[in-house]
Amino acid sequence: MAKSKAVPQPKHKAVMSNFKPKSTKQWIKERDSQLKEFVSLVDTADLSGSKAKKVKVKKETSNSEESKPVPLGLRQGKNDKFPGRPSVPKEKLLKHSRGEGLDGTGVKVNLLKKKLQKREKIIEYSTEQAARLELFLPEDSGFLEADDGEVTRQFSQGQIAASVDVTSATKQFDLDLQFGPYKSNYSRNGRFLCLGGRKGHIAAMDWVTKKLLCEMNVMEEVIDVRWLHVETMLAVAQKEWVYIYDNQGIELHCLKQLNRVLCMEFLPYHFLLASAGEQGWLKWLDISLGKIISQFNTRMGRLNLMVQNPYNAVLCLGHAQGTVSMWSPNMKEPLAKMLCHRSPLLGLAVDRTGQYMVTSAADKTVKTWDLRMLSGPLSEYHLFAHANNLALSEKGLLALSMGNIVEVYKDPCRNHVDKAYLRHKNSSTIKSLQFCAYEDVLGVAHSKGFTSVLVPGSGEPNFDALEANPYQTKTQRREREVKSLLEKIQPELISLDPSTITQVDTPTLQDKVEAKKNLLFLKPPKLDFEPRKRAKWRAGTAQVAKTKKIIREDNVRKFVQTKRHLLQEDKNKSEASNISNNVLDRFKSKKR
Amino acid sequence: MKVKVISRNPDEYLRETKRDIHKVQRNYDPALHPLEAPREYARAMNSVKLERIFAKPFLGNLDGHRDGVSCLAKHPETLSFLASGAYDGEIKFWDLPQRICKRSFQAHDGCVRGLTFTPDGKNMLSMGDDKTIKTWSMENEQEDPTNTILSKTVLLSLSHQRSQNQFVTCGEVCQLWEHGRNEPIRSYQWGVDSLHHVSFNQVETNLLAACASDRSVILYDTRDSGPVRKVVMKLKANSVCWNPMEAFNFTVANEDFNLYTFDVRQMRVPANVHMDHVGAVVSVDYSPTGKEFVSGSYDRTVRIYEAHKGHSREVYHTKRMQKLSVVSWSLDNKYIMSGSDEMNIRVWKARAAEKLGALKPREKAALNYHQALRTKFAQHPQIKRIARHRHVPKHIYNAQKEQHAMRDKAKRKEGNVRKHSKKGAVPFVPERKKHVIREHE
Repeated sequence: MAKSKAVPQPKHKAVMSNFKPKSTKQWIKERDSQLKEFVSLVDTADLSGSKAKKVKVKKETSNSEESKPVPLGLRQGKNDKFPGRPSVPKEKLLKHSRGEGLDGTGVKVNLLKKKLQKREKIIEYSTEQAARLELFLPEDSGFLEADDGEVTRQFSQGQIAASVDVTSATKQFDLDLQFGPYKSNYSRNGRFLCLGGRKGHIAAMDWVTKKLLCEMNVMEEVIDVRWLHVETMLAVAQKEWVYIYDNQGIELHCLKQLNRVLCMEFLPYHFLLASAGEQGWLKWLDISLGKIISQFNTRMGRLNLMVQNPYNAVLCLGHAQGTVSMWSPNMKEPLAKMLCHRSPLLGLAVDRTGQYMVTSAADKTVKTWDLRMLSGPLSEYHLFAHANNLALSEKGLLALSMGNIVEVYKDPCRNHVDKAYLRHKNSSTIKSLQFCAYEDVLGVAHSKGFTSVLVPGSGEPNFDALEANPYQTKTQRREREVKSLLEKIQPELISLDPSTITQVDTPTLQDKVEAKKNLLFLKPPKLDFEPRKRAKWRAGTAQVAKTKKIIREDNVRKFVQTKRHLLQEDKNKSEASNISNNVLDRFKSKKR
Repeated sequence: MKVKVISRNPDEYLRETKRDIHKVQRNYDPALHPLEAPREYARAMNSVKLERIFAKPFLGNLDGHRDGVSCLAKHPETLSFLASGAYDGEIKFWDLPQRICKRSFQAHDGCVRGLTFTPDGKNMLSMGDDKTIKTWSMENEQEDPTNTILSKTVLLSLSHQRSQNQFVTCGEVCQLWEHGRNEPIRSYQWGVDSLHHVSFNQVETNLLAACASDRSVILYDTRDSGPVRKVVMKLKANSVCWNPMEAFNFTVANEDFNLYTFDVRQMRVPANVHMDHVGAVVSVDYSPTGKEFVSGSYDRTVRIYEAHKGHSREVYHTKRMQKLSVVSWSLDNKYIMSGSDEMNIRVWKARAAEKLGALKPREKAALNYHQALRTKFAQHPQIKRIARHRHVPKHIYNAQKEQHAMRDKAKRKEGNVRKHSKKGAVPFVPERKKHVIREHE
């Protein structure tokens, strides 16, 4: 009985362990709300340009400063010649903060408390330094502002291209291709673009300089294309199998393990190529080993909608039932399932912080969701047609396509917007959308080729060269490749909360002790024995007592046997779990 | 219409010439650095593995003695200078960086028992089985000692006071000497047992500790006429060393394979028991920071302990190293010297995986970063296991196993006795209280 009870527990726990503890969740919620406040304040102050609001904001801050008791020596008057370092704005600190930290309550030893406080100070200092460094970021974000009587969505691409600088104007272009419909993918540093036409056309190019890397026709249906960790490797899902080509178009590998693939995702930090196929198969292939890490049949039918959550490398699948399911390679069941719409999902996008998810369905609605809380919808938008494709930019802009029309909305997740920010009418039906990393560009792949659309204010202006460098040289690329391979994250670490590894494993330990206790202190079940009625001359009390005793003893004996068996099994299991084929097992202590 | 799109000037992001270093633009926004925790974990894992790979502590040996090394003396002012005495009465001066013997001479008939420099580093004192204390001048290479004192008693150990012109010897009695006098200015006695090791406190310079053959450790104060305190242990203490930073702590190396750290304010119970050796520990020396100490043992290993921890963090051994007779931690906190029975002095790194030589700033930053990662993830089972793993020779491994079995057996037996006796009749005695028998004042 105890065992049958114990079986469903670990599953449940595994799901539960993927959620953050409540305090962290609350902190995130608070931070988000605070950030939202700040952002909205700054936005209104900047965009509307009205002085009254700005003044109001200023007043508020000054008030809050005055209300705080400041020591006399530190009070900064106007005549103070040496006011010291200017304080960092709170929203910047919040942006760089990793959490609330510990205040040392519950730590009994004074020394440890002091140590903890010292550590907290160091962390605070580093957060402040990181926030201060924002001053040195060289580039500013793009923007598009309308004059009085105009709205931003009325500007066409031609008008925008005409009013920006020459180099930026070249980023708006049209490729007229005939092997469509096309799928496209930008590389992680936003420098390279690959195109795959349904009729077999594959092209890879440096789209900034318009230098073609390779172009070929594979004479087979091309379903999806995806850059791998460097721009020298390209995965192409063809009719039957997935192929890997290099940047000269030479076939490097044919991955027959991935067959009948409909969409692919590449997880750059795990070196995993994830694919979803026609019969509901979801597979993760480690491209550094060439091995399938895990594969499940999702039993959700045809999977043609898959995106990764960049925050935790979990795959989000959109289904025809209107649900979104999230998968890690460690669990046969989805980590989470959300019913988002009552009709088939058409589009799915997750923002880079893993905070928001946007879904669109055949019922002409678009909904935004809070992914960390797994709650929502935060807002719901009704469109005049169903949105086939969705894309979120680094700055939180949402692009959606309806037939041949692309609309871009500004920050639809944090606040409700009713009007589009930009609008672009394409010549043909749009098949895929993707914002280019670190550029104000939206790549639109359609049935007659590819269009690069300028969306001012969509991209992150300042890249981090150690993560993704658009200007990297060959040697830098090689060095980066080696470094990132060394830092490859093991697929076991994929879970809804990526910081699980740094958290204390208290609940599971408690559970373990509890389970052990339960097993050890198991008591025999009480017996409710009523002897059958017999003839009066046979039903003496001694006889009844004897029968009762026999049955009770038998019961106890059986119980002891099963308990011993259970304990033995538990022991065997723990021993078996020690035996694995890990390379590092040689360091384990030998059995005494 | 006002419009601006991101447009970067490539010149600002690319190096100007090929001789330049690459420009690396950083942005510390956490959104650009996803999966921070698992990536750090992967890095910590690599770092701890690399640390084990680079752990090559043996630097070299100084050979030349014709008998086992009995004592080592570090020069108080010159890091590269080391003096060593052997069981055949020979003293050698070594140049450590070049690993050559600079001078060697026959100092005593019989074993050299003690060797020490005066605090100014101008003179060296040596003491031998021939009952003489000789003073050698370091300034000119004279063949003969500048002064010879003939003692009336047997001499076994020698220690110099840090601030004054006094030194102490021990043997049958503990004697305090002053430079320029041929008679001890004071002698201390407690019982009739002989003393075999003595050591001056480096901070409270009037305090000294000695190990006696009646299994006791005795404290003396030079301002006092008699000994101050005495603590008797279960087995004999072989040598004693004061913590150079915490004046009230000292560590004794014991015959029962353990080391004990005592607090002079509370001698009844040692502050810490340091286990792991599988043979009698004969020598102990603190690092100049006072945070760690090194010990040498008859089990042919050198172990390094953190002063407040019960188990060693490092074990050094070689195939050819025999029973250790003396260990010493260099004054720059970087090296360990060990003298052993098979006539060699070995030089080790104090931190096995440390890179020697000057480090470039970036190298330093990288090492610091990896150190921080290792400490952050030190408690993770995989990382802990790799960091803790040490290969030890078979005899040590087997002896450890045996020790473990013995300890287990005793524990089990005690547990059984406790189970079958009245509650409280068999109390739980902590390990620290098991090894001291009594304290005299």
